[in-house]
Amino acid sequence: MSQFLYLYRSSDTARQAAMGTPERAQQSMQRWMKWMRELETNGHLKDAGQPLERTGKVVRGHQAVTDGPYTEAKDLVGGFSLIEARDIDQAVELSRGCPILDGGGSVEVRPVMKMDM
Amino acid sequence: MELTEHLFRHVSGRLIAALVRIFGVHNLALAEDVVQDAFCRALEMWKVHGVPENPSGWLMTVARNRALDIVRKQRVSRTFAPEVARQLESEWTLGATIDEAFAFSSVRDEQLRMMFSCCHPQLTEDVQVALILNILCGFGAVEIANAFLAGRSAIAKRIARGKHVLAQSRGLFDLADADFAARLSSVRRALYLLFSEGYHSASAEAAVRDDLCAEAIRLVMLLLEFPDAANPETEALAALFHLQSARLASRLDAGGDLNLLVEQDRSRWDASTISKGVVLLERASRGNAVSVYHIEAAIAAAHATAPDVERTDWQQIVTLYDRLMTIAPSPIVALNRAIAIAQRDGPDRGFDALHALAGNERLKQYPFYAAALASVELRRGHAAAAQRHFATAAALARNAVERRFLERRQRECLTAIR
Repeated sequence: MSQFLYLYRSSDTARQAAMGTPERAQQSMQRWMKWMRELETNGHLKDAGQPLERTGKVVRGHQAVTDGPYTEAKDLVGGFSLIEARDIDQAVELSRGCPILDGGGSVEVRPVMKMDM
Repeated sequence: MELTEHLFRHVSGRLIAALVRIFGVHNLALAEDVVQDAFCRALEMWKVHGVPENPSGWLMTVARNRALDIVRKQRVSRTFAPEVARQLESEWTLGATIDEAFAFSSVRDEQLRMMFSCCHPQLTEDVQVALILNILCGFGAVEIANAFLAGRSAIAKRIARGKHVLAQSRGLFDLADADFAARLSSVRRALYLLFSEGYHSASAEAAVRDDLCAEAIRLVMLLLEFPDAANPETEALAALFHLQSARLASRLDAGGDLNLLVEQDRSRWDASTISKGVVLLERASRGNAVSVYHIEAAIAAAHATAPDVERTDWQQIVTLYDRLMTIAPSPIVALNRAIAIAQRDGPDRGFDALHALAGNERLKQYPFYAAALASVELRRGHAAAAQRHFATAAALARNAVERRFLERRQRECLTAIR
């Protein structure tokens, strides 16, 4: 088994659209919980991860500290999870059920680097 | 923990009420943003950490903190609710004032004031209903449009028009206002329309109807918690909602098709809701006031408490429709009266009563007038005439559920002819 990081990306508009009305928010919530639970039951969820605030600071060079990333930025990382899968193909396959895709967001699937000895 | 059904929608109206108490109704849009933001945070936190023990309390706390933050940052640039403006200015009273707005009793009172504000005389009834559904019940324009079989943009315009009038007003309606009685009657009328929309909804989705009826009941019960609003007319309205909604489940069969009252499985009627309705109607009848709601509730009670169609007190129902015709005549009331006569006096007398309404333009467009004629003809043994009337009715059907029902009746006549 290998480990993969899911980075959940969405724009602010996609995030608002997924929210929509209270009833839509509830449905969206239920889909997320169902998807997460499935990953967990099938032993693929190593760590559910954490949600991230959409603002912070960006440090570049030694002096420059700027506000950001900007919320207008397309595809801001809003959270992450750590997944266990056979290979990248399976990790990609598992991500297809992620509700963020319905709202126009994306899942970035990144293999965790392994120490090959 | 699992999410309770409609949690977000139910909390939405309460959060808006608390936030409007702080921000003022002119900042309704800001209050809505804060609610939206609280829901976004919930979505992101809960999907990872699970639903908390007290989800609505969690949402309240997030909204409260955000409100505190907004007031601190914007108290110079923005004017908030005039009633609490002074207390928001000082750090000494700020926190307590905001906590107070989120207290159970404040949220209840503020929802009431919002309900009265939505029924502003400048707004037409359809706008009032859309506004109540949006602000107090948390329905979006798309969901309201689905229930009303109206266009989404038409509903969005109604809501926007209503919010514009609300934002222009100096504050939420004052429940001690001299216009209270007049406004109360508009509120009842709006709730009545909201309930009817659910009960008779043209929408094919049963769930939508249940939601609207449940919301009408929730709001009328909220109204009854306020002593000045809890008069016999409001109680009669609450009785009517209970007695009607108790029979809602059996109006549609398992396949989602309409059932005739005759065919309904009365064991599926909700006995506890019926008895609540009966108790409310008794309470409503303590004075001399007799409103349209009293009579409609009494008719609903006569149906809801009868063991079957034969043992229904049709004499009493005809008398009640007669009274309704004197205080609030309408073609639909006249039609229902004629149908009751057909039950009391037999199909020939029923046919005469229905036939007397033949010239009415509104009934000519109403599928259930032709359907009533068809039923009476069928009972008189005129299957061919019945079949023609059902065909007319099916052509007038306003949605697929009605059409399927009427076409089924038509086919039954064809079988009877052969």
